[in-house]
Amino acid sequence: MKKNVLMVCLLLGLVAAVGADSTVLLNAAGATFPAAIYTKWFDVYHTQHPSAQINYQPVGSGAGIRQLAAGTVDFGASDVPMTDEQLAQSKVKVLHFPTVLGAVVPSYNIAGVSGDLNFTPKALAGIYLGTITKWNDPELTKANPGVKLPGEDIVVIHRSEGSGTSFIWTDFLSKVSDDWKNKVGKGASPNWPVGLGGKGNDGVSGLVKQTPNSIGYVELVYAVQNNIAYGKVQNAAGKFVKADLTSVTAAAASSKDMPDDFRVSITNAPGPAAYPVSSFTWLLIPAQIPDAAKREAIKGFLKWMLVDGQNYNEGLTYARLPKNVIAKETKAISLIQ
Amino acid sequence: MSSTAATFDSAAPPKTGPRAFIRRLRHGDEVAHTITLVFAASILLVTSMIVYELWINSHLSRTQFGWSFFWTRVWDPIFDKYGALPYIYGTLVTSAVALVIAVPLGLSAATFLAELAPRRISDSVAFLIDLLAAVPSVIYGLLGIFVVVPMMRTVIGPALKGSLGFLPFFQGPNYGVGFLTAGIVLAIMVVPFIISVSREVLLTVPRDQREAALALGATRWEATWKVVVPWARTGIMGSVFLALARALGETMAVTMVIGNATVISASLFSPGDTIASTIANQFTEAAGNLYQSALIELGLVLFLITFILNGLARLLIVATERGGQRA
Repeated sequence: MKKNVLMVCLLLGLVAAVGADSTVLLNAAGATFPAAIYTKWFDVYHTQHPSAQINYQPVGSGAGIRQLAAGTVDFGASDVPMTDEQLAQSKVKVLHFPTVLGAVVPSYNIAGVSGDLNFTPKALAGIYLGTITKWNDPELTKANPGVKLPGEDIVVIHRSEGSGTSFIWTDFLSKVSDDWKNKVGKGASPNWPVGLGGKGNDGVSGLVKQTPNSIGYVELVYAVQNNIAYGKVQNAAGKFVKADLTSVTAAAASSKDMPDDFRVSITNAPGPAAYPVSSFTWLLIPAQIPDAAKREAIKGFLKWMLVDGQNYNEGLTYARLPKNVIAKETKAISLIQ
Repeated sequence: MSSTAATFDSAAPPKTGPRAFIRRLRHGDEVAHTITLVFAASILLVTSMIVYELWINSHLSRTQFGWSFFWTRVWDPIFDKYGALPYIYGTLVTSAVALVIAVPLGLSAATFLAELAPRRISDSVAFLIDLLAAVPSVIYGLLGIFVVVPMMRTVIGPALKGSLGFLPFFQGPNYGVGFLTAGIVLAIMVVPFIISVSREVLLTVPRDQREAALALGATRWEATWKVVVPWARTGIMGSVFLALARALGETMAVTMVIGNATVISASLFSPGDTIASTIANQFTEAAGNLYQSALIELGLVLFLITFILNGLARLLIVATERGGQRA
């Protein structure tokens, strides 16, 4: 009996020692939009590389940035690149690494209208500013020949909570409309001139479904997975493009000048195939990681994510990174010291 | 009996018996006194710590906006301009609507259950009501989205517009979500509190009071309304303020049905927002320092509102008690 107890103790000690020696535990927190793919990645990476285990908490981009800046997590994640001010205030020097791409699509509910509506940037900005109030406004009827739009009031629906989705949407509207840029601007929770707020993608699409003559915006991932119909948006080249994984990657590829710190907005990207309301989402990695084991684990994961990780994207309806971005990021990994 | 007690008393250190018992009880008293004192003090401590944290962390916003925070109507995180007025308005309006609906309903139900219903029915209904009080608020929110919102759009809203449409409260577009819907959902949520507590209080009214009134020739209703209810009014008011506190601080269910727009409108059909709902919606993505500080100041404002309303409630209770004595 005593022997058995001794053996168990020894075994436990051994396991504990092995665990302590070789497993690197990393904590990360941030954006909710890429949470599904991140969870998948971290899970698969852990099975392939048992020595690294990453916990991810989808607490929101803003909270992710705050926790990273305060040094309470090993790395962060955000749908919105950090501002110069945030970078200056952060305790740690932060590097941005794009991981996947997302897009935001307009979804609507108009009695008697089926099929994809075409939206010009001017129409979307007008609707969300409250200057276009009826569905049969010339700006809308011109872009949709052959569709009979009713003379009803447009019910505008936006996100109630601060979110990266709203940031991408308002970033696009700021680029295409000076009025929007000056009166509202871009942000995770702007001061909406009109409309109702729904909580989360499900809240917005629920309100759109329930409310006649309404329009809202949801993430592409959410629309595809829940079979929600959505409209086409006119891009900078003048083409009406429907968002899908190809047109989103095309937007990233056609964005010409990728800055060295990867903090770039790709809304309203040039190129005829580009879907204009697209965006990267980023991992925020400290530039200096004193703990060698953690540093190597993070670098290893980034390398894996850029090559093998990207193959998991389509299954979860995230668009993959274009080749030129992957090449540039691979070089940037060496900046982590 | 007395002889056995005497023999016990004579034993040198009394381990059992009345005196030892009394001594232990006295010790127990002290223990109980200390323990309860610690718990009571901890409530005070927690409250003051909350206020302290809110005060310290809202420093940036307080120095930037000063008192104007209370009457500014703009909430713009992009241009870093913050004012709490629309949210204060939304909080007060939704809570008022909730009480206007819930108080008559809850008091009538409690009176019926305590005074008129057979005891067995009263007890089983009370059990169900206590269950209702334990339902999480997100469930009430879902109930709001799937039942109250469509009803508001198709039945309640048009009916109100048809009958009371001349009042400013019932004009303007009706989206289904808004102040009124939030108030109705809140009313459903707080009614169990009012019924449950009021019923218990009404049941504690002594029989003599009721019998005296009946003996003087009062009808059963007169005895209930003029004697039993006034006797229990302090407890009934307590139940109403418990309900008010819940309505003021409710987050999830309100967010789901209020429409979340920074709007001040006399129309109850208009979408709006409350303090608690705004904090819950915006805190996670509040990246800027001033932004975060303003949200924390909102928390402070909510605390202040609750504090003031609670104070008024106490005054009201004191005033009615005096009034009751005079009568």
